[in-house]
Amino acid sequence: MSKKLRAAIIGPGNIGTDLLMKAMRSDWIEPVWMVGIEESEGIRRAREFGMKVSTTGVDGLVPHIIADDIRIAFDATSAYVHAENSKKVNDLGVIMIDLTPAAIGPFCVPPVNLQQHARQLEMNVNMVTCGGQATIPIVAAVSQVQPVAYGEIVATVASKSIGPGTRKNIDEFTRTTAAGIEQVGGAKRGKAIIVVNPAEPPLMMRDTIHCLTESEPDQAAITASVQAMVAKVQQYVPGYQLVNGPVFDGNRVTIFMEVQGLGDFLPKYAGNLDIMTAAGLRTAELFAEEAASGAIQLPARG
Amino acid sequence: MDLSGKKVTLHDMSLRDGMHAKQHQISLEQMVAIATALDDAGMPLIEVTHGDGLGGTSVNYGFPAHSDEEYFSAVIPKMKNAKISALLLPGIGTIDHLKMAVDHGVSTIRVATHCTEADVSEQHIGMAAKMGLDTVGFLMMAHKVSAQELLAQAKLMESYGANCLYCTDSAGYMLPAEVSEKIGLLRSELQPTTELGFHGHHNLGMGIANSLAAIEAGANRIDGSVAGLGAGAGNTPLEVFVAVLHRMGVEDGIDLYKIMDVAEDLVVPMMDQVIRIDRDALTLGYAGVYSSFLLFAQRAEKKYGVSARDILVELGRRGTVGGQEDMIEDLALTMSKQR
Repeated sequence: MSKKLRAAIIGPGNIGTDLLMKAMRSDWIEPVWMVGIEESEGIRRAREFGMKVSTTGVDGLVPHIIADDIRIAFDATSAYVHAENSKKVNDLGVIMIDLTPAAIGPFCVPPVNLQQHARQLEMNVNMVTCGGQATIPIVAAVSQVQPVAYGEIVATVASKSIGPGTRKNIDEFTRTTAAGIEQVGGAKRGKAIIVVNPAEPPLMMRDTIHCLTESEPDQAAITASVQAMVAKVQQYVPGYQLVNGPVFDGNRVTIFMEVQGLGDFLPKYAGNLDIMTAAGLRTAELFAEEAASGAIQLPARG
Repeated sequence: MDLSGKKVTLHDMSLRDGMHAKQHQISLEQMVAIATALDDAGMPLIEVTHGDGLGGTSVNYGFPAHSDEEYFSAVIPKMKNAKISALLLPGIGTIDHLKMAVDHGVSTIRVATHCTEADVSEQHIGMAAKMGLDTVGFLMMAHKVSAQELLAQAKLMESYGANCLYCTDSAGYMLPAEVSEKIGLLRSELQPTTELGFHGHHNLGMGIANSLAAIEAGANRIDGSVAGLGAGAGNTPLEVFVAVLHRMGVEDGIDLYKIMDVAEDLVVPMMDQVIRIDRDALTLGYAGVYSSFLLFAQRAEKKYGVSARDILVELGRRGTVGGQEDMIEDLALTMSKQR
């Protein structure tokens, strides 16, 4: 029996297609289905990659889940339809990895808390936001050394890399990311800022992380912890780079990051999108690794 | 230029854009004293917010002496005629901040985006309009795009519900001909009922000339700041502008001597530095860089030994936009390593 878990991707847009390209290279995940709601360019691309496709939404996938032994679903659609998608596949024992802002399951930031979610066999995990994936690991790296009273992040993204959904509800980005900084990053209070920059050629995603520690920062320990965390993220996002810092100024600790994508389907500057698909895939892979090692037992199937 | 008989609404920025120049440290007493004196001088609209708008309180932009709630609570009950506005930059402030401001008596909401990114403002402009507020779309760094592109973005904001659109010269880069062209096109293509405004910075000394050009081309709201207190070389100095308007026969409803006295007796004495076109502010205007980067670049110069002018020019070359204050320390570090 193959150790790979078979997966469906819901949403054949830019994110879904980029995720598909990454998943096809995975040692742990085998993408089988691409789910859309109509014929589209994304569906056509998925067919060309040899995927089975549904053009009638998740309902078109559901009858095949058991026969095709689908164990993982990635939702790259929108927050509005996520809950319904999730229920339909969860009922059949499929683990849902939520790339939308719906956040009905717990936040998952792979190098910080993925192991814990996998061990508990969480059936729905949410990937926070692009800015969250790029910054929460760093907040966590600082708070693992000493208490962080306040964590603040500034994500600057290329105008071309953010779609109409994010633009229509940009508050959702700031709120969800701030919540992730607190719940996963470990800061007592979190704040998130997003800046959209239209420069040409498009700028690479950059992220600034400011932490205010409760007591005087232990500079050596924080620097080591941040560097170790950067290396962990680089395992699934090779273009995750520490540009400057940590800078220490009183109780302020500041780290400047840049995120270059792999350029699979999305352009390299769109590190913000790449880090989402890479983190989503990494999450699925760890579930597969844990299942293969016997650490977790996937829902039984007849 | 004949502007006689025109009516304009002046909008004071000293207690919001001026927060940049004061590193957001204006006291409640100073806020109340200036706002009440401006009210008495006939100023119809006064903006009170953190320099970077609602929710701007942060490591990145600076923690203010008081929260926006505290400033509103102190100032708004003291106003006899003046209305208080608040600025909101989507991505920094949220609908929750907007509602808070309205609960405290703010009646004008100005939703600001970079001049190419109007579509991030839909939810905020939509909500403000739905709440019946005077809702302003504020397109920043307007020198970065053509008049046609600015119009397209202004039309988006108008479609979301803005009843007034601003051409905002955040870098103090524009010259009067550009202001005329942009405001002129907005005037001819937006709804006749949509008001137009101009927000200038004085980095090339063009604040007054640009504001006059804006009025001539069809703007009826003009931002300025008493004693020029604002980011960079400050905003269009209002007491000077009022004197010019009075000589030109434009109606603004302001008592010139009273506003002169606000500038001289209240605002100038509280300045941390003289608001003038020093070489760094001039660089902002010449290179087209966001005015509130000024003090950040000057602090980075002190800390990292890289000239503020070099930092500002590089920020311009990289196409930075408003809100990217975090880029300044990052860039100064990189530049100091390269030397």
